[in-house]
Amino acid sequence: MTVAIIRFGGSNCDRDAERALEHLEVDAEIVWHEDGLPEDTTGVVLPGGFSYGDYLRAGAMAARSPILEEVREAAADGVPVLGVCNGAQIGCESGLTEGAFTTNESARFQCEHVYLRVERDDTRWTAAYEEGEVIEVPIAHGEGRYEVDDDRLEELEADDRILFRYCDADGKLTEEANPNGSKNNVAGVLGERETVAVLMPHPERATLPDIGPTDGQGILRGFDGASGA
Amino acid sequence: MTAYTATVTVRLKHGVLDPEAETTKQALERLGFALEGLRSADRFEIDLEAESADAARDRADEMAERLLANPTIHDYDVEVDER
Repeated sequence: MTVAIIRFGGSNCDRDAERALEHLEVDAEIVWHEDGLPEDTTGVVLPGGFSYGDYLRAGAMAARSPILEEVREAAADGVPVLGVCNGAQIGCESGLTEGAFTTNESARFQCEHVYLRVERDDTRWTAAYEEGEVIEVPIAHGEGRYEVDDDRLEELEADDRILFRYCDADGKLTEEANPNGSKNNVAGVLGERETVAVLMPHPERATLPDIGPTDGQGILRGFDGASGA
Repeated sequence: MTAYTATVTVRLKHGVLDPEAETTKQALERLGFALEGLRSADRFEIDLEAESADAARDRADEMAERLLANPTIHDYDVEVDER
């Protein structure tokens, strides 16, 4: 009964995720990708970092590693899967979620606190929030601009698959509040099953009270129950 | 079997923002060059052996589909030459 945090060569938020989940008393362990998913996996975190040095495209190599087959199967069985930052890029590259996270509009790596508007409060990842609530969570990425063709984005919006959008402190979706030029300020999306979610911001860096805002806790609480906690 | 080089060129779909190309364009302008626009692309030169040029093309095509290009944001083309 454990949440598996998959470590690839170049993952660097795996331990942050472990500590954050530990703080929330969610049973979690780091799993080396070559070892495959443990039998008793009840949740999966694809953590942030620079898997395979972001060669080719961010997340491209990890998305095609054998363990992702297992993750896709687990996701299809309803196991909760959360991709954060590089994990979000891996999620999109692997087809777990739609669209792509690509080069920031600024063409720079950006590390800053941003505001997110919670677009739904009826998923496991957002049950701790109210719809329309504004939360503060950090980003740290060079390739976080959400890109998908306009027609498909409309369909995703119509299907309520957008989970978070970048906004200002008042919850307004402005261009200034969109740190990376993401289409329609999209910061996080749901997979075909709502138990799969990816987002560029880092909830695990907004969980421990010692290091600032703890607004990210609610997202990680999506694993409550998944871990048998 | 014949030796071929398949050249796969992967570029962003029309309309997808390319911040790196924009930055490069600006740098060229700072150097005093006059230019209207600039697009960047990735080019992969793949040496392989195949029964025919078509077979080589098919294999390179599949490589592009499965890894080299991301269909969400990329178009690609394949050229095959005997080596």
